[in-house]
Amino acid sequence: MKTNTVPKPSVSEVLENKDDYKYGFTTDIESDVFLKGLDENVIRAISQKKNEPPFMLEFRLKAYRKWLTMKEPAWPNVKYPPIDYQNISYYAAPKARKKLESLDEVDPEILKTFEKLGIPLEEQKRLSNVAVDAVFDSVSVATTHKKKLMEHGIIFCPISEAVQEYPELVEEYLGTVVPVGDNFFAALNSAVFTDGSFVYIPPDTVSPMELSTYFRINTEETGQFERTLIICAENSYVSYLEGCTAPRFDTNQLHAAVVELVTLDNAEIKYSTVQNWYAGDKETGKGGIYNFVTKRGKCLGKDSKISWTQVETGSAITWKYPSCILMGDNSSGEFYSVALTNGHMQADTGTKMIHIGRNTRSSIISKGISADYSSNSYRGLVKVNKSAANARNYTQCDSMLVGEKCSAHTFPYIESANSTAQLEHEASTSKISEEQLFYLESRGISRENAITAVINGFCKEVFKQLPMEFAVEAQKLLALKLEDSVG
Amino acid sequence: MENFILSGALNQINGRKDSMLEIKDLHAGFEGTEIVKGISLTVNKGEIHAIMGPNGSGKSTLSKILAGHPAYEAMGGTVTFMGKDLLELSPDQRALEGIFLGFQYPVEVPGVNNAEFLRMAYNAKMARQGKEELDPLDFDDILDEKMKLVGMDSKYKDRSLNEGFSGGEKKKNEILQMAVLQPKLAILDETDSGLDIDALRVVANGVNKLINQDNAIILITHYQRLLEYVKPHYVHVLSKGEIVKSGDKSLALDLEAQGYDWLTPVPK
Ligand SMILES: Nc1ncnc2c1ncn2[C@@H]1O[C@H](COP(=O)(O)OP(=O)(O)OP(=O)(O)O)[C@@H](O)[C@H]1O
Ligand SMILES: [Mg+2]
Repeated sequence: MKTNTVPKPSVSEVLENKDDYKYGFTTDIESDVFLKGLDENVIRAISQKKNEPPFMLEFRLKAYRKWLTMKEPAWPNVKYPPIDYQNISYYAAPKARKKLESLDEVDPEILKTFEKLGIPLEEQKRLSNVAVDAVFDSVSVATTHKKKLMEHGIIFCPISEAVQEYPELVEEYLGTVVPVGDNFFAALNSAVFTDGSFVYIPPDTVSPMELSTYFRINTEETGQFERTLIICAENSYVSYLEGCTAPRFDTNQLHAAVVELVTLDNAEIKYSTVQNWYAGDKETGKGGIYNFVTKRGKCLGKDSKISWTQVETGSAITWKYPSCILMGDNSSGEFYSVALTNGHMQADTGTKMIHIGRNTRSSIISKGISADYSSNSYRGLVKVNKSAANARNYTQCDSMLVGEKCSAHTFPYIESANSTAQLEHEASTSKISEEQLFYLESRGISRENAITAVINGFCKEVFKQLPMEFAVEAQKLLALKLEDSVG
Repeated sequence: MENFILSGALNQINGRKDSMLEIKDLHAGFEGTEIVKGISLTVNKGEIHAIMGPNGSGKSTLSKILAGHPAYEAMGGTVTFMGKDLLELSPDQRALEGIFLGFQYPVEVPGVNNAEFLRMAYNAKMARQGKEELDPLDFDDILDEKMKLVGMDSKYKDRSLNEGFSGGEKKKNEILQMAVLQPKLAILDETDSGLDIDALRVVANGVNKLINQDNAIILITHYQRLLEYVKPHYVHVLSKGEIVKSGDKSLALDLEAQGYDWLTPVPK
């Protein structure tokens, strides 16, 4: 019943990407960009630009003050030169943006950009079965299918709009899953975030379509700090997709997003990401996105479920641990991940499953593929609190190496304070097998297709979780990224 | 020149036939070690050749060299298949030219659906021939028919390719692939080993169904058993990387009775 389809063009477009990063273009539009640097005035200015109620400014300032006392985490298994946070512009928006009544008012250049990315936003062209929120630099430029969703009582809009239209909902939930001082990057995000998506699914509602947000960084030397908040009320279900690209710049850009999910009793959120930010130059490693993201879901209600599926194929550095806090009794969390690194990419990614309620279950399936000079780490925490009687976790963590100069690492942490917990962990590391490739090739299958098949087979349990067409295209994306690496 | 084409000489007795595979003085090996030491062999259309020989004599190495395994290298000599220089071609191109290797140890590929794999291979062939590729539904009809032919239960369609298959099931799956792909030249490397009597008959059946005036088969085997069902035109004995004797099928019987010792080349 919960099958859905996804924008075919978007992904085929992603596919043509190949080694040459296809989204490396910039859009020439007039932007309203703040001067570089960060202080309380900048934060007040952001809040003012966004016409925010006082509670939001308070939220931001509290986060900022907290951030000032915090240190950038040094524990991830990644290396990068220090980031100068005063050398980033914290606000960039397409100029002259009034509240848009219709898409006709969106800068045609921006519409063209999204169309080029395979996300047509115009009424006639847009995808009938997927609602899209398009975020360009710091602001949401268009959200499709809002009306139809509204008929079901579903709210899907830019978070900047939600702050104004549904302040009670935002105030009630914002920062309850990822507190303002949770970590260095989350604190920064809480202080300066400018846009992102907001979703509210009312009780007893199955969303009639996939919801998706498409992020695009356009301006050089701006950070993107988007904020997503999804609330799924009792007995409801939503499947949400996220896609990302950025132009090719020689400088590194910071992307420090925060995503918060909340499920009430018997509700389910399925959150899928295909991340293909610019990863920097394949040979020199120059440029690319620093993807430092905090994603966390809270299963607040009993029998509720949150499922993360991620296919991470881009970014110079990825630091990301989509997590679940399992508070409600019988609630469950899932994490399915494929992380591919090539060139000089570094990824430190994994999950945290925090068991608090009774009979809570979690499963973690992680597939890491490293090629070229890249480094790929899985880091996961399974924590069972005293209160979590009969908690169960299954973790499976497999790494595949393509080539001689790459590396794979696994850092599993387990903390259990309840003796009734059952925790299972399996891990493996292997090289892509020439024997397997030869076997397939000896049947007339081209080397490219053989690689696709082997990698796809390796990632099957994860791809199975994605909506069908998305899965097919994600497989091809991996194959194309690996084509040069397998030789 | 006359010493290398033993079977060719026999051909002349049988009358002129079209040559399919011509191996001339092939030297090949692995990481600089020569394992195949000057093999010459001609296989014509419509012929079945059996290659026998002690363990480690180079039979599998020869078959992998013919299929283009990247870990093995040709160090001298030539191989011509249907008039083309085979050694120049990549493994998938060789397959598309019509060569099929039934592996002695078929490889497990986790997560790759068996039916989907077969369809991929089938469609690669269709594409090469400029024919229409089949969607899963249409291919399913072909697959069902072929599975019946080799006596395989349809549950193997949805298994991962060879993963967790028993030894005999893997061998049957090789024959299934051969039946689906209908190669010009099938090289079956001990496809009969590890098979029960029924499965052996199935394999033999598959081979006999494949062979016709346009195809050829090289059977690598240790046992006379298979040769009771499949009648080879020629039997060759490989020892220490060389063909030390060629003959007709009675040679297989001699070998069964006497072993290989009497054939081992005398050290020079
Ligand atoms: N990849 C390899 N690495 C190391 N040695 C190899 C390799 N391949 C072949 N050899 C060696 O080459 C020789 C021939 O091996 P091959 O597998 O061709 O024998 P075979 O005739 O097929 O034997 P069997 O009847 O046991 O299958 C053996 O001594 C083997 O150990
Ligand atoms: Mg062998």
